[in-house]
Order: sequence, then C-alpha cells, then structure tokens
Amino acid sequence: MYSFEFEKPSTIADAVAALASEDAQALGGGQTLIPTMKQRLAAPSKLVSVSGIAEMQGVCIEDDGSVAIGGATTHARVAVEAAGSYPALAAVAGQIGDPAVRNRGTIGGSVANNDPAACYPACVLGSGATIVTNTRQIAADDFFQGMFTTVLEEGEIITSVRFPVPQAASYQKFLQPASRFALVGVYLARFADGVRVAVTGASEDGVFRWSEAEEALNKEFRPDALMGLHINPANMIGDLHGSKEYRAHLVGVMTKRAIEACS
Amino acid sequence: MTQVSMTVNGKAVSGDVEGRTLLSSFLRDQLSLTGTHVGCDTAQCGACVVHVNGEAIKSCNMLALEADGADVGTIEGQAAEDGTLNVIQQAFQDHHGLQCGFCTPGMVMSAAALLKDNPRPTEGEIRKYLEGNLCRCTGYHNIVKAIMAASGQDVSSIAAE
Ligand SMILES: Cc1cc2nc3c(=O)[nH]c(=O)nc-3n(C[C@H](O)[C@H](O)[C@H](O)COP(=O)(O)OP(=O)(O)OC[C@H]3O[C@@H](n4cnc5c(N)ncnc54)[C@H](O)[C@@H]3O)c2cc1C
Ligand code: FES
Ligand code: FES
Repeated sequence: MYSFEFEKPSTIADAVAALASEDAQALGGGQTLIPTMKQRLAAPSKLVSVSGIAEMQGVCIEDDGSVAIGGATTHARVAVEAAGSYPALAAVAGQIGDPAVRNRGTIGGSVANNDPAACYPACVLGSGATIVTNTRQIAADDFFQGMFTTVLEEGEIITSVRFPVPQAASYQKFLQPASRFALVGVYLARFADGVRVAVTGASEDGVFRWSEAEEALNKEFRPDALMGLHINPANMIGDLHGSKEYRAHLVGVMTKRAIEACS
Repeated sequence: MTQVSMTVNGKAVSGDVEGRTLLSSFLRDQLSLTGTHVGCDTAQCGACVVHVNGEAIKSCNMLALEADGADVGTIEGQAAEDGTLNVIQQAFQDHHGLQCGFCTPGMVMSAAALLKDNPRPTEGEIRKYLEGNLCRCTGYHNIVKAIMAASGQDVSSIAAE
C-alpha cells in the first residue's frame, strides 16, 4: 500500500469537506478498498473514514413505511436490525462473506463499489430502492452503470439507502465458495404494482433487471411462467468458475427458486 | 505519523502509526503480540481475527487508526495471567483441534465471538460461522468438535471422518 493521509470526521459536512482535496476517497468498512490498495490498484492520497459519522449509522422506518439504512451501517447490523421490517433485505446482509467481513463491510461501500458479483446491488435494484447522497436522491434504476461503475460523482457520499418494502421478496444466491460472493444471485420482489427481478454475478454489465421475466410474472406469478424464456449467454460472465452458458442457465434456476419462495 | 491509543487485552497502549499501518501490523510489530497470525493478508483466511469492541474482525483488513479508542482483544488475552488456558483453548487441546497451529489464534477468536452470541451452537451453526476461517491442515472436524465441547455439549457422537 502506498502511504496516504487519514481523516475520520464525525459529520457528513466534515467528510464532504475532507473529500474535496484531490485524490481523496471515502473509506467504508475497507473490506474491498484495503485489499485493492494493497494490490496498488488504488492509491488515494487521503482516506476519509465514514465509520465515525453517527448520522450514517443504523436502520430506521420512515413515515411512508420504507426502511432506511444509514450508508455506514455494517452488514452484521442490517442482518439483525432489518429482520423485523424487511426480512429479505436482512437475509441478503446476513449472507455476505463471513461474520468478520460482515462486522466491517457497509451497505454504502458495497453499493458504491458495484462489484458485478456483489449481493446488495441486486437487492437495491430488485427493491427499487433510492440511494441518498449528500447532494441528491438517485433511483436504483439510474444508479448502476455497469461493472464497478455508478453515477456517483467524485467525493459524493452515500448517506443512506431507502427501501420500499414489498409484499414478498427473496434473494437466491448461488455461492461461489472460494470468494464467498455470488456466482449468480437473483433478487425478486413482489409489489402491489408489479414484480421486479434483479440479477447479480451473471452479466459483464453488472447487476441488471430481467425484464422479460418481470413481464411474464406480472401476468402469472408461478415458476412455469418462465417457460420459454432464456437469457442470452453472449454477454454473461464466463470464467473458470462457470461458463457463460452455465451462468445464463443459473439465472433461470435461481429465479424459479425465488418465485417458489415468494409464492 | 499519528498517535493511536487503544485498550489491548485490558491494558491501555499507544503508538505512532502511519495511515496505512494495519491493525495486524500494529499488534505484531509494535506491541510484539505475534499470536495474531497473518496468513493471506487479503481478508480471506481468518488467521488474523481479533475482537474490536467485542466483534470478530480481520485485523489484516482494518487500519490501526480505525481502532483508535477501541477495546481490542487478541489471542494473548484469552488465557489467564498464570497461563491457564480458557475453556475454548483447553477444548482445542483436548480434542486435537490444531495440527500446525497456524490458523488456531483466528479459530479461537472466532469461536469466542460465536459463543458469546450463541452459547450452545449446533454443529451446522459452528461450520457456518467459521466460513471465513481456513485451516490448511484441514482439521475442521476436530475444530468443530472442540467448539461444541467448549460450549458444554456432548461430542461423543460427532464423527471425526
Ligand atoms: C472475504 C470477503 C468476502 C466477501 N463476500 C461478499 C459477498 O458474498 N457479497 C457481497 O456483496 N460482498 C462481499 N464482500 C465485499 C464486502 O461486502 C465489502 O464490504 C463491500 O463490497 C465494500 O464495503 P466496505 O464498506 O468494506 O467498503 P470499502 O472497501 O471501504 O469501499 C469500497 C468502495 O466504496 C467507496 N465507499 C465506501 N463507503 C462509501 C459511502 N458511504 N459513499 C460513497 N462511497 C463509499 C470507497 O471509496 C471504495 O471505492 C466480501 C469481501 C470479502 C473480503
Ligand atoms: S491474514 Fe487476515 S484474513 Fe488472512
Ligand atoms: S492447524 Fe494448521 S492451518 Fe489449521
């Protein structure tokens, strides 16, 4: 790791000010950023830890019934504190990595990083959540811009993520046991006004919505509704853990499991 | 250099560190607490697990400055002052829960964190909790057995396949 300055502000305003200097970067739980810096794939001049900012911590229920998670809330905390209000979201958090990773890693870091195999992006997109930053509110449909890319500006901080709570939802993760990420993961949420299906781990463009499946499920909510639907393997991820065709096939299998879990 | 202060195994300590100094390096190189092992240095293996404010974390993946003011527990704080092993350590010895011993500090610290939240875990719960702790000697059965025994459960029916 190259050397860098370190700051740990206690308010969002101070963090935004600290991030204004050139090549400064936010530090969440460091579970992705520290390994990346060790490999010298990132070399920020300054790290601004958001872990000491009280207003970015915790889970709360808004007036409209949505569940808001502070941007610096750890996966372990979401797994416990969202279990009553949005169980499928809590289940996603509880399946990330291992206990020690969950005790440090945060929702803001995971969503900002947009790893193509990460769990939270599927849950955020599948729920139609809103990403709240220090400057604006961004719909999940507009936020993710392909592998490791989002609409976040330099120095912009995710202060919270707000989830509308569906009638039923399920995350089906096909574990890649070495990395502990998803080989393929499908998040399905059923709202009064329609079904959303978001897929992680599969596409070279990162997390995506499987709109053909959504349309079919809006007509008829049962596993057979997917019959005849296929994901085109062409732009799926193919690597030593699974071919493009294998991942395309898994998307259908995991979606069916999610439908069964929500039926 | 910035000064960092924390409580480690009940004692107040401080030292000068760089921004990039890892908690594992601070413990090992500055405090000479070399019981915390660094196996992979990439957050995969769990050999470096310590407790920060009671929670198990991988110390190779946390900056020392992030632990400023924290209450840190390492393997050196597990046994009594006179060297008497605690119940988890003793169970590892009794049930052959270690071979080369490299993964053992992390295994014991993870086990301690598990038993604090879940005093009588099932075999399945133990295996699930240890997903982030790798043993290259692959002594998992006896590690699981030791943790079950440490939680006061009968282990006679657990096979060491
Ligand atoms: C062994 C292991 C297993 C894992 N398994 C999984 C898994 O199964 N599923 C999964 O989804 N993830 C997994 N992860 C990744 C883990 O969830 C990370 O915690 C997460 O991807 C990054 O979160 P972080 O808080 O650690 O962010 P950091 O590593 O601190 O930061 C990541 C990026 O986000 C930026 N950032 C951080 N916080 C904010 C913020 N509030 N606003 C704006 N930008 C911010 C940083 O600048 C950086 O670019 C695993 C990690 C490890 C080490
Ligand atoms: S040395 Fe920290 S996880 Fe392997
Ligand atoms: S006992 Fe050798 S690595 Fe576990």
